Amino acid sequence: MKSQDSGRQKSYKPILEGTKDWPVVQLSKNRKQFVETVIEETFDKICKDNVRRNNLREELETTLYLEKLRIKKNPWLVDPPDDYSFWNTVRQELVELVSKSGSREKEEEILKRIISRYANEIAGNFKKSRYKLAREIIKFGFSKLLNATRVKRFNALFSNEYSLNDKIQITGKAKQLRKLARIGTVVMVPTHFSNLDSILIGWIIHVLGLPAFIYGAGLNLFNIKILAYFMNSLGAYKVDRRKKNPIYLETLKTYSSAAMQEGAHTLFFPGGTRSRSGKIETSLKMGLLGSAMEAQRTIFMNHPNHDGKKLFIVPVTINYNFVLEAPTLIKEYLSIKGQERYYVENDEYSTSYKMLKFLLKFFTKGSDISVSIGRAMDLLGNYVDPKGNSIDAKGRVIDTRDYFMSDGKITVDLQREKEYTRRLSDIIVKEYRKINRVFASHLVAFTAFNIWRKEYLKLDLYDFLRLPEEELMISYDTFKSEFEKVRKVIFKLNKKKQVNVALHLKGELDDVIKTGLENVGMYHSKRPLLLTKDKLIITQDLNTLYYYHNRMAGYELEKKV
Amino acid sequence: MNWKKKSKKPVGVIGAGSFGSAIANILAKNSEVLLFARDSVVVKKIAETKRHRGHTLHKNITPTGDLSHLANTCDIIFPIVPSSSFRDMMQLLSPYLHPYHILIHGTKGLDISLPEGETLSSIDRLERDQIKTMSEVIMDESVVLRIGCLAGPNLAKEMSENQLAATVVASHFKEVIREGGNLLRNEMFQVYGNEDLIGIELAGVLKNVIAIASGAISGLGFGQNAKGLLVSRGMVEMIHLGQAMGGNVQAFLGLAGIGDLVTTCNSTLSRNYTVGHRLAKGEKVAEIINSMDEVAEGVNTVQIAKKFADTYKVRVPITDAIHQVLFEDLTVDEALQQLMKFPYSVDIDFL
Repeated sequence: MKSQDSGRQKSYKPILEGTKDWPVVQLSKNRKQFVETVIEETFDKICKDNVRRNNLREELETTLYLEKLRIKKNPWLVDPPDDYSFWNTVRQELVELVSKSGSREKEEEILKRIISRYANEIAGNFKKSRYKLAREIIKFGFSKLLNATRVKRFNALFSNEYSLNDKIQITGKAKQLRKLARIGTVVMVPTHFSNLDSILIGWIIHVLGLPAFIYGAGLNLFNIKILAYFMNSLGAYKVDRRKKNPIYLETLKTYSSAAMQEGAHTLFFPGGTRSRSGKIETSLKMGLLGSAMEAQRTIFMNHPNHDGKKLFIVPVTINYNFVLEAPTLIKEYLSIKGQERYYVENDEYSTSYKMLKFLLKFFTKGSDISVSIGRAMDLLGNYVDPKGNSIDAKGRVIDTRDYFMSDGKITVDLQREKEYTRRLSDIIVKEYRKINRVFASHLVAFTAFNIWRKEYLKLDLYDFLRLPEEELMISYDTFKSEFEKVRKVIFKLNKKKQVNVALHLKGELDDVIKTGLENVGMYHSKRPLLLTKDKLIITQDLNTLYYYHNRMAGYELEKKV
Repeated sequence: MNWKKKSKKPVGVIGAGSFGSAIANILAKNSEVLLFARDSVVVKKIAETKRHRGHTLHKNITPTGDLSHLANTCDIIFPIVPSSSFRDMMQLLSPYLHPYHILIHGTKGLDISLPEGETLSSIDRLERDQIKTMSEVIMDESVVLRIGCLAGPNLAKEMSENQLAATVVASHFKEVIREGGNLLRNEMFQVYGNEDLIGIELAGVLKNVIAIASGAISGLGFGQNAKGLLVSRGMVEMIHLGQAMGGNVQAFLGLAGIGDLVTTCNSTLSRNYTVGHRLAKGEKVAEIINSMDEVAEGVNTVQIAKKFADTYKVRVPITDAIHQVLFEDLTVDEALQQLMKFPYSVDIDFL
């Protein structure tokens, strides 16, 4: 992988001129019809899964119960005003059915109404003009801010010396990605650490000259008016994490699968939510990956002449020195792990104001980000070549269709596909570790935490994290020698292609440590690590340090140092 | 249910040993079978006489020496060759395999990959990822994902006599279990399914060690009390090892675990049992192995199990004892005395 730590990024030409050929534009043109298809398909699937007499009614009653609970316990600003009355009507209708037999027809009618409501809520609404506007605002606004703060001159606001490109490093298989986006449908699956990720990936997609992707954005983000305005038009479809009933989930999966079948490049965070622990995802959500599997099989079935588009899975890792949400995320993680019964989900971006404040802070201070793009693979986790052919471990070309064949034809076997999805998820997780780019800040956090943890091995993690921070200090020399060891292990892993490292990590030891200490969690009010005047390493917040340390989990570094 | 329905395509069997031939015979009741033998003389002999290794082969069986022909003709293949040559066989077969193939193996042994120049006795540790079950070898060497295994009390000789029996088809894929069942079932042969592929493979593999011990005990002239003791303690040992290697307890409690163990520990027809029996009578390992015309997988498995148990600190007194008899010049008598002195331990500690 070529490193681009220094110097300007290349700029890429758009792979499709103009926006009218973008799959997402096509999709929104036929939005109404598309949503109809989704409703029909979901309806058929649920009816087929609930053939027995009372199945469907039970399904409806469960859904009704869960929805009423949601409305009462957890109402949101974005919820439609008729939420209550809609479900109340459903309730009344179900009550009327109780004594009747042969009510299947009516039940199906109610089911269809619910699906239709969900599908319309989920569906995105891409608008070219707004997409362009948003892009310009981001590009213009951020680069002006960047220049204003980095180049401290009065007229800096009008300078173009720095651009977002200098701020965000793109490494890895960008060229391959561009090629594949022309011949197939790309499903991008990034790691998820921060709410900033969506914006960042959106930007990356633009920089790479790719057409807009569709992606599922948490409905909670639509609570924020500014975001809602743009996201509505950027190809986002809405995912409501509160709704966990089977009817909703089925509609969501069908929507995403149908969009992929239409050739819409898709982005989703397969980890589900942001990593609370700061660890790179170790297990992925099967639902959306499964819908990609289903989409691929359906494409193969509908195109017996081998002219259907192939889906390409592209893992991406995003590497930060600083994650704004770190202190809250780790607190949540610890309380869930500690099995506290109840925790309050805290949203740092709950208002437009806070969101803007953060973006301002982020883009005006020098915390670099790198995005590593992994090698594309097919739905079974086989790498693909630039022409999109799947290649096996021995370098032979494989026909991906064959995985779905049984007795000479493509068959629907959900259990088989579930097994394939599990396998794909394992492979993506491994790929994350390989393309993950280690920063000096990750390594200093790991080293310091590990030194302290070893001192108090007898304490369990929770007691350890409760130690008063004032008691913890390491002399610079001890730290340095330990850091050197850790770095060596990382270099070894890098040689074996098991991890990727940032160029700055290869510098003079003292410089690297300095960079690391300066950057790790740099904008937190309590810094995870500091170097004092008398050359001692201290922490102001052990939990947050633990969070940044976790970035290096999964390489078994503890055992190798 | 619909096991009487013939499969449209022929089914492949790789390996014409006694178990391979027995499975081919069972498959032939429902389908056309292509039976691969490495040795062209054997292929010719089977084609002409329809007899091999004491089996009369079914008329639906066609012998072949051509792997590419077999792979191109059959979607479902049963590889049944000794573990020591399994990987080589897979490397030859792999170029002809596609992701639509289903492989259900019947080999009860392990494969190990060690660094260049090392042997089992020269290394300090044997890690789990250096040990491969046959399904893992198939994954390593080919694009096939729909993999299953056969395990259970299936003595080849009884099967060839069409005696009552049953087997387990294990796979992560229900499709494989279903297809395997359809192909194998008949009025005298029942098929059960299990989704714990690794567990079932390990049950089949590890029982061979206990089978050697069982042969040894009967060779010394001990009776059924001793047999009961061995089978139950052997079971505990298998479970501990199996868990350490990634199988679930449940796999060991079914047909492929306890079922197979009881059968092999009581049968003079079992090769591994025979090894133990002859050891107890004072013969040396080398003589015994040289005089047998088929591989006793247990001998190889003992070495791997012992090294693995040492590495992961699993307590395996019976395996240790067998290892000492086979490779460290202890007599069966001495080994037994040592075993009986073993400190008291809890009867059941795996549930």
